[in-house]
Amino acid sequence: MAIIDYRVEDEFAILTWDDASRPMNVLSGDALAELSAGIEKAAADDDVKGIILTSAKQGVFAAGGDLEQIESLGSGSIDAEDLLKRTSGVLAQLRRMETCGKPVVAALNGVTLGGGYEIALACHRRILVNQRHALVGLPEAGLGLMPGAGGTQRLPRLIGVGSALALIMQGKQLDPEQALEKGLVDELVEPDDLIDAAKKWIVESGNATQPWDEKRYEVPGGGANSVTFAQTMMGSNAMTHANTFGNMPSQQAILQAVYEGLPLPMDRAGKVETRQFIRVLQDPTARSMLRTLFFSLQRCQKGARRPKDVPRFDVKKVGIVGAGLMGQGIAHVSAKAHIDVVLLDRDLASAERGKEKVKTTLGRRLQKGRTTPDRIEAILGRIHPTESYHDLRGCDVVVEAVFEDRELKARVTKAADAELSDDAIFASNTSGLPITGLAEASSRPENFIGLHFFSPVERMQMVEIVVGEQTSKETLAKAWDYVLKIKKAGIVVNDSPGFYTSRVFGTFISEGNHLLVEGVAPALIENAAKAAGMPMPPLGISDQVGLGTMYKVAKQAEKDATAAGRVWEPSPAQAIIASLIEDHDRWGAYPPPKADGSQRKPGGFYDYEDGAKRLWPELGKAMSQWIVSGAEQPSAEVVRRRYLFVQCLEAVRCLEQGVITDVRDGDVGVIMAVGFPAFTGGPFTYIDNYGVDAFVRDADELASRYGARFEPPESLRKMAVTGKTFY
Amino acid sequence: MTDCFIYDAVRTPRGKGRKKDGALADAPPLRMAQAVLQALPERGGFDDAEIEDVILGCVEPVGEQGANVGRMAAMISGYDDSVPGVQLNRFCSSGLEAVNIAAAKVKAGDVELVVGGGMESMSRISMGAAGGAWSTDPELAWGTSFVPQGIGADLIATKYGYSREDVDAFAVESQARAAAAWEGRHFDRSIVPVKDSIGVTMLDRDEHMRPGTTLDDLSQLEPSFEMMGRKFGFDAVAIQKHPEVEQINHVHHAGNSSGIVDGAAAVLLGSKEAGQRLGLTPRARLVRSATVGSEPCIMLTGPAPASRKALARAGMRVSDIDLWEINEAFSSVCLLFMEEMGIDRSVTNVNGGAIAFGHPLGATGAMLLGTVLDELERRDLNTALITLCVGAGMGTSTIIERV
Repeated sequence: MAIIDYRVEDEFAILTWDDASRPMNVLSGDALAELSAGIEKAAADDDVKGIILTSAKQGVFAAGGDLEQIESLGSGSIDAEDLLKRTSGVLAQLRRMETCGKPVVAALNGVTLGGGYEIALACHRRILVNQRHALVGLPEAGLGLMPGAGGTQRLPRLIGVGSALALIMQGKQLDPEQALEKGLVDELVEPDDLIDAAKKWIVESGNATQPWDEKRYEVPGGGANSVTFAQTMMGSNAMTHANTFGNMPSQQAILQAVYEGLPLPMDRAGKVETRQFIRVLQDPTARSMLRTLFFSLQRCQKGARRPKDVPRFDVKKVGIVGAGLMGQGIAHVSAKAHIDVVLLDRDLASAERGKEKVKTTLGRRLQKGRTTPDRIEAILGRIHPTESYHDLRGCDVVVEAVFEDRELKARVTKAADAELSDDAIFASNTSGLPITGLAEASSRPENFIGLHFFSPVERMQMVEIVVGEQTSKETLAKAWDYVLKIKKAGIVVNDSPGFYTSRVFGTFISEGNHLLVEGVAPALIENAAKAAGMPMPPLGISDQVGLGTMYKVAKQAEKDATAAGRVWEPSPAQAIIASLIEDHDRWGAYPPPKADGSQRKPGGFYDYEDGAKRLWPELGKAMSQWIVSGAEQPSAEVVRRRYLFVQCLEAVRCLEQGVITDVRDGDVGVIMAVGFPAFTGGPFTYIDNYGVDAFVRDADELASRYGARFEPPESLRKMAVTGKTFY
Repeated sequence: MTDCFIYDAVRTPRGKGRKKDGALADAPPLRMAQAVLQALPERGGFDDAEIEDVILGCVEPVGEQGANVGRMAAMISGYDDSVPGVQLNRFCSSGLEAVNIAAAKVKAGDVELVVGGGMESMSRISMGAAGGAWSTDPELAWGTSFVPQGIGADLIATKYGYSREDVDAFAVESQARAAAAWEGRHFDRSIVPVKDSIGVTMLDRDEHMRPGTTLDDLSQLEPSFEMMGRKFGFDAVAIQKHPEVEQINHVHHAGNSSGIVDGAAAVLLGSKEAGQRLGLTPRARLVRSATVGSEPCIMLTGPAPASRKALARAGMRVSDIDLWEINEAFSSVCLLFMEEMGIDRSVTNVNGGAIAFGHPLGATGAMLLGTVLDELERRDLNTALITLCVGAGMGTSTIIERV
């Protein structure tokens, strides 16, 4: 046997899973075949009293299903009947294991997830090592998938429908303590005692019948005909429908599998799950999410696009200029990654305030039990606040995170330049000012690069690595080494105003404004955005960001135009923002104080009262000068499509213009950075799944009705003609 | 096609639908059905063997009102063995639907004399007891955006702009009219007291009413569906289906929604010939009925389209109807119905409705028909339209005309 070693020790058959061809054990057809063979052998061996299933992988029992195999299913159309047959084989093998007549113990020596846990569920007892990293659960839903080897049937029967659904729907991974408490495992032991504990259970109890095969079995908390089950289903349906907007087929499929399967005996229940599993695979959502959020993201996390021929650069010391919100976050994640941080601001007090904020953030994590006082002390110990540029000496990387003001940035660049060696790189955390222009202030423009972090830096994994015209390959590689060291994921983009992710996101906000001006009901504008899968609706975001920001941009444009002798004509959206501020003193959710220092009431597109927000009822009336009144209301579906299309089209333009050069980066970047709907797998995947041809046709239709911004770029038209796709 | 005539209509008083103090709760539900079924041949002076079917509506047909309560009721009423029975479930319009189907059998010539009606013990068999797939089967629940009907009622109020004051005012008027109707003995002809097994009267008067209820009283009540809507995702589901709504305004509560009660009703229908043969005087003609489906998430907007359909089929206009009876499931349903049909409150639910009396689910439709027929006679008017909103997005309407 190549994957599973079989040996008999005293009266126990010990099956040790160790797939030498992979870093982790996964639930493959080969592994299952060997598992089955082992079970049969043990079942037939009169000297064997019980069976112990374990793994030889350090800290891992089995990490799940074979995701590559699942993703590859997407390349062709899925033959439901064939897949049904193949999957029923898996189910039959696991069923045979739990009915083989001899007790089977899952001796779980570490991480037991997905398919690995489904095997454990088909064992009669689950004993887990009590080590923090030994996570247990069915995480499939997190990737838009669902358990497909009996998980949706056995877990509800083991721990009750309500608890099981809560875990499966959210793809929760539990640590050993939680796993024991929730009943996912029966016993926790120290690693050295694992096999002995398994043997002991076989000798002392050794019940070879699953609870659900017992005559008087009842589902914990109530079975298919109970009021509890009906209520659980009703509540889960509504909550999940509400939260996913019907965009996640796997969520409904999991519920369906549990609903349909629970009344059945285990021999038949599996097939119900398989049907749903196949439905999930037939829909492009799961494959798309898997490709983008697992495989493409992994590339970004591993630095697949880092120039390979540049030696690795170990970042030991980083300088951060500007101790504001972004600077604090960057300091935090750097120090956490064992990098010494020089946190510089215009005076020491400001710099120290920045460090203090990091302490506050860590304090909140401590309260939630996610860190320890020792670790906090170590992190803070690596952050050195200062007001002196001399302290930047010896830094490998300097990240500039000051206000978006070219002159200020130029001063910072020059001051830092004077202290840095030729090896060090200088990164601007600008959110949109072109890097090539900023690099002009540097004496070493080849060492100048953009690192666009997202807020809150501690939680947002994505970083846009922005390559300017003069940025060297070495600098790009070094930037990657820094990004990877602070455990961020990077995408590489070329210089352009707004770079990539902000450009795409900007079209979404702007589409909200178009809709407003067209006279679409604000509630519909907002609800359709949520239905499209956007985490926040456009008017709500405008309020959060602050209308003052947009107001200033427009005022600057007005000044520039006047200075250049042009006539300034604000767009209706700009006029609305100006009127909100000038005529109604509405600045958004977090208004700046008045000139006399007194506080303004929060309010923008929304009213904010008693912790609740409602759209400002006077909006239409107050802005009637710019908003079409009595407009015919579009369907939510049309509005939803406009949001998705306008962003996808901008993404394609970025690709066409060379701002991004890789559709995988393009897909993963906007999902991770600016909340493009994850269920789509990203804008390029969305277009592929929609059908390039159909997308171009529908974009043209939108363009004819709503404006030229929906006109497909030439490259996309060509693809439609030649039948090409992005992947 | 044969005309179908209404010869009699009786109903029990409605008892509070609570085990602890509901007057009808301490006997099996069949006792209520027995009371109305025994009253019909008694009052008409004919042999119960003349009845060719007993069609009863029941919305939670399980347990002691399960397994074909139509036949069970006929049997316990001592009807001749030859009288069959059937139970149907059109949710809240079951009682009216039973009458309509009974009438259709007469019109088709399949039967000469038939009983349509309904019953519901909400004290002994709680709402939802029959289960069902709508809320539980994900495919169905997601596909049709299931939310409990109280959320639908609040959505109607939000979408069509009925404020808390609007719906409360409707309820106050309903209580006042109900009290006045009892005061004026408007129901004397139709109420059949329910007696227990030793012949003692259990209930002879509607006991759910709260005469003298004021706007101020109602303003104290907490909304019934707000917590459920916000906490369990139902509001969000409803808004996804109706995205022009920003936030649902939860205006309904126990005081402006139909009460939970026990009760039964029966209507005797038949052909002209049957009446002549048995010496029965027709009170009205069942002109036309219609049931339609409507958007299930908002759920309760069916009465207007059903009524329009019934009117169109009858070749009648809104102005041809003298009195309107819309089941007071929730205030907003009635306000929307009046607005959509362009009818006045002064001719709608003139004797109050389910907000005051309660709504014994399977029976109400037949009760409303009897109540408005009495009122037509009392006022010497001719035509009435009875309608109910129905769960899962339906509406049933019936037009009657005195002869």
